[in-house]
Amino acid sequence: MLLCFTASIASFAQGRRGLYINEVMVQNDSNYVDDYGLRHGWIELYNSTYNHMEISTVFLTNDSTNPTKYPVPRGDVHTDIPARQHVLFFADNEPNKGTFHISFSLTLGKENWIGLYDTDGKTLLDQVYVPADLKANQTYALKADGVTAGDGKFDPAFWEVRDGSNEKYITPSSNNVIIDTNENIEKFRTHDSSGIVMTIVAMLIVFSALILLSLCFYLFGYINSRSARRKKAIAHLGEEAGSEVAADKVRHDSGEEIAAIAMALYEHLNTHDLEETILTINKVKRTYSPWSSKIYMLRETPVRR
Amino acid sequence: MELDLAQFLTSNFQQFWEFTGFHNVTYEHLIMICVGLFFMYLAIKKDFEPMLLVPIGFGILVGNIPFQMGNEIGIYEEGSVLNILYNGVRAGWYPPLIFLGIGAMTDFSALLANPKLMLVGAAAQFGIFGAYMVALWLGFMPDQAAAIAIIGGADGPTAIFLSSKLAPNLMGAIAVSAYSYMALVPVIQPPIMRLFTTKKERLIRMKPARAVSQNEKILFPIFGLLLTCFFVPSGLPLLGMLFFGNLLRESGVTTRLAKTASNALTDIVTMLLGLTVGASTQASEFLTKETILIFALGFMAFVIASASGVLFVKFFNLFLGKDKKINPLIGNAGVSAVPMSARISNNMGLKYDPSNYLLMHAMGPNVAGVIGSAVAAGVLLGFLG
Repeated sequence: MLLCFTASIASFAQGRRGLYINEVMVQNDSNYVDDYGLRHGWIELYNSTYNHMEISTVFLTNDSTNPTKYPVPRGDVHTDIPARQHVLFFADNEPNKGTFHISFSLTLGKENWIGLYDTDGKTLLDQVYVPADLKANQTYALKADGVTAGDGKFDPAFWEVRDGSNEKYITPSSNNVIIDTNENIEKFRTHDSSGIVMTIVAMLIVFSALILLSLCFYLFGYINSRSARRKKAIAHLGEEAGSEVAADKVRHDSGEEIAAIAMALYEHLNTHDLEETILTINKVKRTYSPWSSKIYMLRETPVRR
Repeated sequence: MELDLAQFLTSNFQQFWEFTGFHNVTYEHLIMICVGLFFMYLAIKKDFEPMLLVPIGFGILVGNIPFQMGNEIGIYEEGSVLNILYNGVRAGWYPPLIFLGIGAMTDFSALLANPKLMLVGAAAQFGIFGAYMVALWLGFMPDQAAAIAIIGGADGPTAIFLSSKLAPNLMGAIAVSAYSYMALVPVIQPPIMRLFTTKKERLIRMKPARAVSQNEKILFPIFGLLLTCFFVPSGLPLLGMLFFGNLLRESGVTTRLAKTASNALTDIVTMLLGLTVGASTQASEFLTKETILIFALGFMAFVIASASGVLFVKFFNLFLGKDKKINPLIGNAGVSAVPMSARISNNMGLKYDPSNYLLMHAMGPNVAGVIGSAVAAGVLLGFLG
């Protein structure tokens, strides 16, 4: 059973959950160019986990009847996506150009369905319906990186059209939401410049955690001392308070009896009391030194005869 | 031909000379070497936290031997041996291992016998937040202020852990400052304890602690982990390891693991941690205006923490019955310099009443301080990470 549990956990861990389609451009006239200096539509994938993810052998497709249309090739170091990072695939229908050129293209003016399947070719990791009215050089992107309906479902509420303006910027191979500050730090800098709020809140938390812990151990202490008292009472009252067996058991463990047994054993084993005070001095014939130790040397010290 | 050979030899010697420490030395290096020697003097001659100060002091010497960059020698050069060892500090995995050892060697009985002493450990954490406010006032960013303020917890591994997450650039100064003040506990705390207590208070005798059952000792790490980490999940690396180590010790069935964690593992990590923290104080990175401010703030945090522990006990005594009063001399032990600050409480107590042994009473707030400072670090990391 333990083996089954471990195996199921391991298989779950090997899946590519947390990999999402993040942004799609159908027609690219003036945007990102590939290694050959050419422009194509592109599909950006995002690793939303906090660990790197190897995505070789997952499948990209635009045909639900053929989920394994483009398998991401093995053996390319760039298919290992770092935590919370992206990878971009060019939809140019020219897979022989390299790992990141897929075997289908996207069509302007009609709805494009894109599916992302796990390595088994059956489990749908994510999908998106790119609307037909998406214009050239516009993208259909997740509003926040990796935040979707989940479980392979598509919900347009999480998506938006981006036209490249200052508010709706296009971000191939980079976060859809550009983070240039640490929100938490900024919040405290703006609203708690003196640190008083932090001090009060943090001290409350520290006190609460330790008060809870101390209450918990008061309770354990109370239960423990009650049970000890009860055992003592059983031992004293014996037949009146509890069963014979329980009383006998506790009585056998009483300190006086243990002390008496220990004393008897001591007397028995230490019959040579006088010798304890006798100090015997034996002359060590050969003085020890690590320099002459056999442990540290292969040969014995030469002896002059 | 002879001239060429002489020229060749001269240029070789010149090249060698430029490579040596004598050529590259600056006065900053010499200052840091003196600091390292001073740390070793304190450790070897004065017996101030030798387990920490010997590796750190020697590490300061190692880190401040002048050399030419680019040969994969220095701690800040990627791929060098010291850089690889320093990864445990930078990525923050030495501190949890130290906490594993602390858990495996700490007996929490004193705390379990008198759980209200946990509150003293909580109160002493005010040192952290007092220093946080002052650091903000001095112009540090909230994350930097938090990393500096954690020195007030008097817990080296926690200080390294938090600063590696919030302010990696200040980590060397914070770590050295935290360990220096921990070593100087016998110098810093007694005057504060005398200042805030009366002679009558110092003579308070506390009732002997009750016996704690094995079951309670086993339940403590389990419930301790669940309760504290549900409150502050960001404290998990430290608290998780602390309580795990303690369970190894108390379960009674993992004696071998507990021995390894509390002896060999702790010793190895302490050596590596101390040496690399010391070596990270390379003069070029370390001797800055910020470092001086960090040392000043760290000292202040330590003073506030010690004072708030003592004052909290006095305040707490107002609500306790006459025979249940706590000796405020154990308030200083709320900082988590285990067991040094508890020893200070005991020594101070014995000074005023030669038969008043406070050690076991002081160990309660002392170990509560370890938990409290890890919770405080978790709170800061949760808010500012």
